[in-house]
Amino acid sequence: MNAPLLLDVQRVSKYFGGLRANDNISFQVSRGEILSIIGPNGAGKSTLFNCITGFHRLDKGRVLFKGLDITNRKPHVIAKLGAVRTFQIAQVISDMTVLENVMTGGFLRHVRVKDVRLNAEEVLAFTGLMAKRNYNAQALSVSDKKRLEVSMALAMEPELLMLDESMAGLTPVELKEMIELIRKVRGKGITIVVVEHVMEAVMELSDRVIVLNYGRKILEGSPKEVVADREVIRAYLGDRYDAVGQ
Amino acid sequence: MHRTSWKQLSLGGTVLVLVIILPLVVASPFGQHVMILTFMFAMCGVAWTLMGGYAGMFSFGQAAFFGIGAYTSSFLLLTFHVSPWIGLVAGGIIASLLAAAIGYPCSNLRGHYFAIASIAFAEIIHIIFNNWKMVGAAEGLTIPMLKESLANFMFHSSKLPYYYIILAFLLLAVTVCYWVSTSKMGYYFRAIKESHEIAQVLGVDVVRYRLYAIMLSAFLTSMAGTFYAQYILYIDPESVMILAVSVQIVLVAMLGGANTVLGPVVGAAILVPFSEYARAWLGYKGTGFDMIIYGALITVISMYQPNGVWGAITELVRREK
Repeated sequence: MNAPLLLDVQRVSKYFGGLRANDNISFQVSRGEILSIIGPNGAGKSTLFNCITGFHRLDKGRVLFKGLDITNRKPHVIAKLGAVRTFQIAQVISDMTVLENVMTGGFLRHVRVKDVRLNAEEVLAFTGLMAKRNYNAQALSVSDKKRLEVSMALAMEPELLMLDESMAGLTPVELKEMIELIRKVRGKGITIVVVEHVMEAVMELSDRVIVLNYGRKILEGSPKEVVADREVIRAYLGDRYDAVGQ
Repeated sequence: MHRTSWKQLSLGGTVLVLVIILPLVVASPFGQHVMILTFMFAMCGVAWTLMGGYAGMFSFGQAAFFGIGAYTSSFLLLTFHVSPWIGLVAGGIIASLLAAAIGYPCSNLRGHYFAIASIAFAEIIHIIFNNWKMVGAAEGLTIPMLKESLANFMFHSSKLPYYYIILAFLLLAVTVCYWVSTSKMGYYFRAIKESHEIAQVLGVDVVRYRLYAIMLSAFLTSMAGTFYAQYILYIDPESVMILAVSVQIVLVAMLGGANTVLGPVVGAAILVPFSEYARAWLGYKGTGFDMIIYGALITVISMYQPNGVWGAITELVRREK
């Protein structure tokens, strides 16, 4: 890792009562890379996103972004600093048009409405939603909603984009397009962290993968290393499959 | 998209000229009184729309702000001989500060819970004023007679000056609301209405922008309260701080169309004359028949036009094209 450090997660823990949703998790993200976080349902991936972006208060640990301590800062402050996220179930403003949704994100960086609109139109051209800019956001398909969510995030001109399951529920064609889009976003110099279940996307996109299970980080490595790892297979498929696999 | 076309501007200009001429044609004092009340509730409805329609904070406590506007200017005039115009601004500031003080601890309340809290807040203010000796308690305040002049905010020979003042106030409220709806603040309000989470992700300081909405709304509503006091020249808690006033404001906005700037104006133009004329024609019989008819109208609009009358009109215009 020669590129400068962008995100530094240090021994983060989050407990819900007796449940250790995140237990002593550390990892780092360098500028320009795509990091995937994988793990079975309930492994603590979304909780980790919430901890980093200020939606949960940490019980232990620290989060540094661009060298700044952002631990337990408010979500809007973290967004302003340049770390922007999406949600597992695409969140858009339903009684706005596609363009207005993207503009709402753009007000974070621009003051004049005219500048915000121009910026939003540029983003929509980039993400391929320009033709649907006057559609009501509610009327979009699942895949377009996810695309819109990414557009809204891009209008905020982030340095770090954190995508929570942007591929879930997409058809194979839509999946390819989404992978293409994420590559293009990285091409703009934006660093990306994804939480993902769709292994095809993880394998194709990621520079590095970390694996969570029961709230702990069990592995970190290249996509190839990770899918070959016995502990990962056991986490996903259970002990019996592992025994047979031997 | 909020681009105003020449067509819309000329239409707005025509309507404006009409409402300026209207009281010269309708010379009956009662007719003018109804129009004045219509504009006053339209103004309150527009103010409600800022927080209820755009930011999703359903306040059923606007009477508190209305009453504080009425009481502040009247108290200052009675006790310190302060001009009602200064009282108007003072009332707006006090109402906004109070709105912020009560709004801040309610930052996480949404939907029904916010509505309940707003009723409780307004009832507390109502009870305080009912018992507060310094401001006349339940007896209320009688505004002292001054010489008729714009500077004194008082007119005896004609209702016309009141008509044009409240029309100007309404135009101010509509302008503020329109300006907010096309600016960053309006976009952020609508994000907050959708959900606090999405607003936060988009970089919106939810607590702060909610306070902006409440404070703006309180200021404008308080202005209407001061106007009411100077117009009627007598106020007491039972006329300016009761739940019925809050409910009337919500009805005007909701039935007119709460997601638009002009919806509440249309709502007031239908509901206020209807209720006033029903009362004038049928109310004296003491049978409550006017209230039944008024209630029936509200029921019919909410059943057939849940988006409000203005929503129905814009939908029709869209279909025509």
